[in-house]
Amino acid sequence: MNILNIVGVSKRYANHVALQDVNFEIPAGSIFGLLGPNGAGKTSLIRIITQITGADTGEIYFRGEKLKPDHIKNIGYLPEERGLYKKMKVGEQLLYLAQLKGLTKHDASQKIKNWIQKLGIGSWMNKNIEELSKGMQQKVQFVATVMHEPELIILDEPFSGFDPINANIIKDEILELREKGSTIIFSTHRMESVEELCDFIALIDRSRKVLDGSVRDIKAIYKTETYLVEGTGHLLVLSPDFEVLSQTESHGLFRASIKLHNNTTPNDLLRYLIQTVEIHAFREMIPSINDIFIQKVNENTHA
Amino acid sequence: MHKIWLIFQREYLVRVRKKSFIIMTLLAPLLLAAFLVVPVLLASISDKTEEIGVLDKSGMFRNKFNSTPDRKFVPLTGDLEEVKADFLKSKLTGFLYIPQLNLDNPQGIRLYSKSNASIDSKIAIESSLRKEIENIKFQRSGINQQVLENIKTDISVGTTNLSDEGEKDNNAFVTSAAGYASAFLIYIFIFMYGVQIMRGVIEEKTNRIVEVIISSVKPFQLMMGKILGIAAVGLTQFLLWIILSSLVTSAIGSQFREKLAPPTTIAATGTSNADMQNSKAKGIQEAFRALENLNLPLILGCFIFYFLGGYLLYGALFGAVGAAVDNETDTQQFMLPITIPLVMTFVVAQTVIIKNPDGPVAFWMSVIPFTSPIAMMIRIPFGVPTYQLLLSMVLLVLGFVGTTWLAARIYRVGILMYGKKVSYKELSKWLFYKV
Repeated sequence: MNILNIVGVSKRYANHVALQDVNFEIPAGSIFGLLGPNGAGKTSLIRIITQITGADTGEIYFRGEKLKPDHIKNIGYLPEERGLYKKMKVGEQLLYLAQLKGLTKHDASQKIKNWIQKLGIGSWMNKNIEELSKGMQQKVQFVATVMHEPELIILDEPFSGFDPINANIIKDEILELREKGSTIIFSTHRMESVEELCDFIALIDRSRKVLDGSVRDIKAIYKTETYLVEGTGHLLVLSPDFEVLSQTESHGLFRASIKLHNNTTPNDLLRYLIQTVEIHAFREMIPSINDIFIQKVNENTHA
Repeated sequence: MHKIWLIFQREYLVRVRKKSFIIMTLLAPLLLAAFLVVPVLLASISDKTEEIGVLDKSGMFRNKFNSTPDRKFVPLTGDLEEVKADFLKSKLTGFLYIPQLNLDNPQGIRLYSKSNASIDSKIAIESSLRKEIENIKFQRSGINQQVLENIKTDISVGTTNLSDEGEKDNNAFVTSAAGYASAFLIYIFIFMYGVQIMRGVIEEKTNRIVEVIISSVKPFQLMMGKILGIAAVGLTQFLLWIILSSLVTSAIGSQFREKLAPPTTIAATGTSNADMQNSKAKGIQEAFRALENLNLPLILGCFIFYFLGGYLLYGALFGAVGAAVDNETDTQQFMLPITIPLVMTFVVAQTVIIKNPDGPVAFWMSVIPFTSPIAMMIRIPFGVPTYQLLLSMVLLVLGFVGTTWLAARIYRVGILMYGKKVSYKELSKWLFYKV
């Protein structure tokens, strides 16, 4: 079951194209990374999903239904440009935002109570936002995003400006929300921050989607049959089955990356090496999302 | 609708609870009170009696100076130099020296005083002297005082409107004052609260909360909630001002009744004074009659209509300006075209429209939506043909719908635009963006 189906979405502004025929699905209950460099069109796409703007062409389906204003209460959105009313009390502010999402006053205060207990921010309720530190404000913003228990949570550059402690708290909360059945979309240009969290990703570059799928599949496609070997002895590879891509040596310890050819297996490589050198470490070199991304973007540029 | 109501509530409550709102609301009536009380207090402080000596060498003015509670005249005798010497030791505030006079060219009269003589005393003395000398001259020329009194005539022209509805007394002064006051209030209200809308929008942009909010509500709802909420703040403030001011003034009125009441002693000093008093009273009566004859329900109804209509028309534009900029210093270039029609109408209203409330300038300005809230309010007390009033109202409603539409289109693009200096060309493009 997909929570979102994005079908042929395009969006133009007066002097530039923000999105061109973007298609992909977001499976329910997953953590989805929407990746791409700055200005690729991520925020434009998010604003279409949150119905802040509309697509020129194409459709978005929420749980199989065409996106409509009623879906707003099922979506929680933490924008990249985020803030709160400075001169408003934390409690009132959360209540106001929850009511705007369509919660009744009673429900809203109940849910806010749960959240502030969970994050230990109960003592802030009667403080003005401007009295809080930046980290505290971020927690309040996060609560404002998720307090109505949306099915879909969209976080645009969530960790920019978060200190590591808060970032970890938020990560844990996000994982817990997923356990409870929410779907989370991370939008970021910093791939490494989400690689460990994401189940699925889509790469967007210059208004087009260039890649999407599950992280495991993508890595399998982009894996290069290259292995990292560390050990002592004199490394000398003469077989045409194995190609040494790089090799360094220091204090009698060598480190090399070796690519397999002709359908050989890692075991074949090990067997071959054991004859001449002593092996201390052996592992597969898996491309990071970042590497794949850079490769993809470069292909795009040269194409 | 429910969401506009939520936004309306927030905008209203946040502003009404602000210290500055509470202070302004309380302060204005107090200032008004001070405005009323201070002059009275000051007058009562300087109320001590002046004593002025009169050294009359001509012998013509014996007992001709009327003493009042404020000013006592004491006859002096002796030589000028002696009197001068004694004066400094006496408790007199001043003394008047009248030498032998040539009535055709009376010269040499002088008022000596310890400090600068008050203007009041100087005027009172001059008028007494003038009157007495004139009397003497009249007698010399053989003109009887009685005949002269009979010749004096008091004229005041009453004005009456003659229309199908019958005759109505009016008073040009009261009519224009009523129009002017309501036009002024509308002018002030549009400015004060229009700018608040603009600030509110800029605040949401700089706080970066706007995107959070418009992921829950439509930009149009946010804009309307804000405009209406601030309108309610303004109405609340005006209502409180009216209530508090009337409380304060009535309290002051009862406190200072004796002091404010016209002193009867003055009325008794002379027949001409009494006449003046009479005609003044007549004027006031006439003004009250004119006030009663103004179509107050119509004026009040129109006032509320144009008050809100004008505010909504301009409020939407102020909101759009706020959305188009990042901070208040950038608003100048967009504020100008909004403020010019307002200020211009107000100036023209005071000069042209009030003098000729049925002329072509008055007509056009009172039907064009941008100028009509102020111009029409000036005209209404003078009486406006029904079709013109309706035309103006319909156009104002259309104008309001138009500016709101325009503003909403600028607003929805502008609120998500950061760090970009916007030009008019850019703004005009926003109108046709598909969002």
